[in-house]
Parts: sequence; structure tokens; C-alpha cells
Amino acid sequence: MVNDNIQLDSQGRLKHFLTIEHLPKSLLTAILDNAERFTVVGDRAVKKVPLLRGKTVVNLFFEPSTRTRTTFELAAKRLSADVMNLNIEASAAKKGESLADTLRTLEAMQTDMFVVRHHESGAPEFIARQVGAEVSVINAGDGRHAHPTQAMLDMITIRRCKRDFTNLKVAIVGDVAHSRVARSEIHALTTLGVPEIRVVGPKTLLPRGIEALGVEVHHTLESGLEGVDVVMMLRLQQERMQSALLPSGHEYFHTFGLTPARLKRAKPDAIVMHPGPINRGVEIDSAVADGKQSVILQQVTHGIAVRMAVMSMVMGTAAQST
Amino acid sequence: MKISISGGRVINPVTKRDEVVDVFIDGGTIVALGRTPAGFKPARVIDARGAIVCPGFTEVGARLREPGAEHKATIASELEAAAAAGFTTVCCMPDTNPVIDTPAVVELVNQRARGVRGARVRCIGALTQDLGGSVLAEMAALKEIGCVGVANAGHAIHDSNVLKNALAYAATLDLTVFLDAEDPWLAAQGCMNEGAVSTRLGLAGIPAAAELIGLGRDLVLLEDSGARAHFRTLTCGRSIKYVNNARKAGLDVSASVGIAHLTLSDEDIARFDGHFHVRPPLRTRRDRTRLVRGLAEGQVEVLSTHHEPHDADAKAGPFGATAAGISGLDSFLPLMLSLVEAGTLDLMRAIDAAAVQPARVIGNAPASLAAGEVADICIFNPSETWQLTADTMLSRGKNTPLLGRTLRGRVLATLVGGRIVYERKG
Repeated sequence: MVNDNIQLDSQGRLKHFLTIEHLPKSLLTAILDNAERFTVVGDRAVKKVPLLRGKTVVNLFFEPSTRTRTTFELAAKRLSADVMNLNIEASAAKKGESLADTLRTLEAMQTDMFVVRHHESGAPEFIARQVGAEVSVINAGDGRHAHPTQAMLDMITIRRCKRDFTNLKVAIVGDVAHSRVARSEIHALTTLGVPEIRVVGPKTLLPRGIEALGVEVHHTLESGLEGVDVVMMLRLQQERMQSALLPSGHEYFHTFGLTPARLKRAKPDAIVMHPGPINRGVEIDSAVADGKQSVILQQVTHGIAVRMAVMSMVMGTAAQST
Repeated sequence: MKISISGGRVINPVTKRDEVVDVFIDGGTIVALGRTPAGFKPARVIDARGAIVCPGFTEVGARLREPGAEHKATIASELEAAAAAGFTTVCCMPDTNPVIDTPAVVELVNQRARGVRGARVRCIGALTQDLGGSVLAEMAALKEIGCVGVANAGHAIHDSNVLKNALAYAATLDLTVFLDAEDPWLAAQGCMNEGAVSTRLGLAGIPAAAELIGLGRDLVLLEDSGARAHFRTLTCGRSIKYVNNARKAGLDVSASVGIAHLTLSDEDIARFDGHFHVRPPLRTRRDRTRLVRGLAEGQVEVLSTHHEPHDADAKAGPFGATAAGISGLDSFLPLMLSLVEAGTLDLMRAIDAAAVQPARVIGNAPASLAAGEVADICIFNPSETWQLTADTMLSRGKNTPLLGRTLRGRVLATLVGGRIVYERKG
């Protein structure tokens, strides 16, 4: 049987960061605490700490990304690492080279860390099993499976606004079926002790058996938002309309778009989150996205600090507990 | 050559015989059970004390990969592996390259099998030319050259009118059609069972509806054409009811289940390990329980290896990017015996499902271990334990999620037409 705990070393320290599932609460809290410390670095005149000096980080992106790749790159540079960006989609994979062969080539370059984004669920885990014992892998988003650093930066945002996780009601709204962000958020929220998590959307966008992850299913925004502290909106891809999951963006906004009127169902101090990029007028009204309950821009700011925290932890240069 | 098998427990589902008795073989035929025939001087005595002696197994649809994908397996490697797994006949699916849609390719397969010390091979021909799903294959020619049936080998026939005609034409020729029940639209994006596990892993699912709709369409068209059909590797518990109802309505249908689908479920898909990637997919534990019961009660006739060997590269990747298929020959007998051990399947019925029923489906001579019958025999030790490793596996495809497991039950010797084609050393 395959080792189930590939993310942790024999002492229980974070070795790879692939998914939030099965990680202990203490580690998630340590990531949040380390990230809080790193947010200070961004405010300094010299935005660097020497924690990864002499280390080589390779951003291995098999899928296009600007925001996630840039924040990982900045995070690595602020930790003083050497960074290499590889857009594999445009090179090796197109030439028919297999993932295993690409990896062998890159490993020969004595890399210390791979930051991986891939369209196949489980690809970062496959890579983590292939690389040498000294190499760490961080998942920057795989298929529909996981996007753990995105979930952790959302957790920082929630903790800053709400302090305690254990009395919250959280609604995740939209295309849960195709969302790696939603899956990672559900695991993070349950591990951190959130007692009530709801997923809200039409039946075509909520995958079968999602209840098994510990969430309540709602098919109307009105019931789903009732009394919640946090609203996490998901991005709706245009291609969902082409694959007959929804009739139109217009109808989606009409039934599941977050408008000021609907937001009134939530608690008066509820916060609104979105992993970006936003489709204004499809999943969210501009008045809400830019409104005073929106914390969307704060989320982006926390992205660099969270990635610095995770990168230094897997390299063994930051605390593993608090 | 005169051979005697002495001291074994002979189990013959055809005669319902289960007793310790000697078996005598002469010139490819079983000549007697029990007392030594007068003047019988065996050139070889096989000591079968403590072992079970039964009719050799038949596989109704394996991938042998030759011609076209010899880097995965060859006819010789897989027929030898089959013999070591207790199989005396293996049917080869037509999705080779070139496709088995002309007599020439059948002759090629037969020629490659000649001289191999292993199971005998029988071809299943293509239902449509190049498995393209639009033009009928030359089925009469395929039948004349010895094909035991026709199939489209997992290549969907989208146009129901083509399938209707193909079934009617096969019925004209009294050819069995081997069908993979699957709606191509519902299965298109998926790589595993759709359910709580696929949702958790973020892998695209194949709903049970894909199999049920495929089955429903095929059964309606079978009723219309009167063709004889065998449904390969059913995976959903509910499918059994569909087949039962069709049988009650007088349709000439039979079905098989794969050994992996009876012993694993989608919950076993650990950490994106591509070795669990198989098509049709591993379903839920509830489906598995229903399938085992269906097999035990004979509602599903045949137990199959669903053998699909692959090279290591085909499985080296993230789950969804790997090739589907499990190399099923080597572990077949121990897994079958594990169901017997668990009390969900009795040994007589297990041997019936592995040997007697599949021979019936392909129209072979009855797989009966009785005087006057062909000496296709498997001798196995039900209690010997061994480890399944890349080295102990004889199939060239090492793609099985069971690699490294300790298994119980091992073949000692296999006879095809009275010839010892496999005998375990040591």
C-alpha cells in the first residue's frame, strides 16, 4: 500500500504541502502564525529575509497562471531563494515529453523545491513521490483536487476578521464541482473547528457525495446565506455554459449572484471573500465586491506571506508549531 | 503421452463431483477417473496430494497487446502467464493494431501462438471495421477462420442504427456479440466511479448511469435482433437486475464480472495511485457486495480476469493521465479463493464461473473433468502463500494495485489438451 502521510516526515514536520486533508490543526495554526510574522517583512524598506538563501525553487506551471505564480515567485525571492519559472504547457509537454521525464531532467539541476500547478488532480503528489528525499513539493493548484495555499490565505483573512473559528457559519457559493479552492477551504475550515459549513449552488455545480466532506447542501442563496459570518464566492468559468451545466451567466446572476439585497440575509458583520479573478455581474455584484463587507483585496495581500510561511516550513527554516 | 494425476481432490462442477480420486490421461483425453485402467502405464505421474484438480479456466476477453503494442505484452508472454494462472483457453480482444477485423490478423495471432508453451488462444473478431462503429466487419469470414464471437472492444458505437444492424447481422451468423455496456457521453470525461470518493479526490467521475443506459440500449436492440450477447465486466449492482429481467423475457444473454471489481472498490483508490485506474471503473462497496452475490447465485455466469497488461510508463503519472487497466491473470486464483475464504462464494461455483461457464459462452467443448473429455486441467494448492512481485508475476504487465501483497493459493500445474504447459518448479 502507498504511504498515506507523504506530506509529513518521520517527526511529523511538514515536508510537502499538497493538500490540507489529513494535516493536523496544530500545523495549520503554525502556518497562519508564521504567515502573520512574514506580513511584517512586506512593510519593510528591504523586503528580504535570508531563510532560503542558497536554495533553488522551481515554479513548475503546467497550466497558465499569473497571480498564483507571481506571488509564489515574490515569496521565494523575499526568502532569498533563487527562483526559476518554467511554463511547461508551452514547452516539454507540447513536445510529447512525459511528466516523469520532465522531472528527471529538472531534478538533475539540483532543485530544492518544486511549486507545481497541473491540470490533473494528484499531479503534485505524483511528483512528490518521484523526487529525491531532499526535495519538497508545494501544490499551487491541481485539477479539481486542491489549492491549499489559497485556502490558507483565506483562513488568515477570516482569522483576522473573526478571531475565532469555532463559532462561525461559513457559506461557500458557486461552482463547487470544478473548484479545487472549495475543496481545500472545506478541509481547512473543518480542521480549524468551524461548526457549520454550507455549500450553495444549483445541483449541476455541487458534486455528488459532497456531504461526506462535512458540509450542508443548499440550493438557494437565500437559505444558504441565512445568518452566516463568512461568504466565500467561487469564480464561474465561461465553459460551464458550453457544457450544459448552466443556461447563461445572466440567469446565474439572477439566481445565485451575490447582490446587496441577498447579502442582507447574512449577519450584519459578515465578510465577503472571492479567490479572484472576479466576474462582475456573473457571480457577484460590483456593489458587493467593492463594498465595505468585501475583504477581497486583503486576501491578495496575505497570499505572499502564506507562501513564505509554507516554503520556509517545508525547508525546515520556520517553526512547525506555536 | 500417458499422464496420471494422483491423490488430488477433483472438483468438477459439470458432474457436481468433489472427491479425492486419481485422473488418467492418454493422448489429450481424460480416459478414466478412479481406478487405474487396465494396462495403463503413465509416462508421468503428477503428485496432487493436498491439491485441487479442476477443469482449466477460460478467459472470455483479455488484452494480449500483440500485434501492435508488444512493448506492453506479447502473445507468448501472456499465454505463458495464463497457463501459470490456471487458464487453458484465453480469448483475445480485437483492439490490437491492426484490429482483428480480417482473417489475416486472426492467422497472425494463431501463428504467433504456435509453439508457445501456454494456454491456447481464441480470437474475438471486430464487430465493426477498424472498431470505427460505422461499417460492419466481415463477420462471416471472421467466423470461418475461427473467431468465437465479435466485439467492439470498448470502442463506443454512437449510432444506435449501426449497433442494431450489427447485432442483426451477427444473429444471422449465429455469432455471440461481446458488449461493453457504457454510454459514451456520460463516461466521456471520467476516470473513476462518480461518488463521494471522486468528489473528495477531485477526479472526474463515471456515473453508474453510464453502464445502466448502455445496458438498457443494448438490451432493447438485442430483443429486436434476437442476437446472442455476453456483457463483459458489469460493475454496477443494479445492472444484475437488468440482465435478469432480460433473461426472463427470453433473451439469450450472459454476463461476466471482473475479479478486481469483486475484491476492490472506489474507496481503495489510495492517494491517486494509477494502478487502481480501470475501465469500467471500480464501483462502491455496495456494488461489490451485490456483484459477488450475483456471481454466487449464478445471475452473473462468468468470472473474468479483465486482463489488461501495460508497460510501466503507461502508469507513471497522475491518476487521470494514466492508461486504464489492471494486469489480472497472476492474481486471479488467489483473489477468487479469497472470496471462497470469506464465505461469499462456494468453491464449486467459483470453478464453475472460471472454467465451465466461460467455455460455454465461447462455445468450447464442455469444461468437464470426466472420462472422454479433453484434458484441459488446472491443479492448484489452495493454501500455499506467496508474494506478488514484479518477479513472481509472469505477465509482462506488472500493473496491479496488489504488487507486494501476500496471496494465498497457487497453481502447481496446468494441462492443455493433455500436455503439461505449466509446472511449478521447486
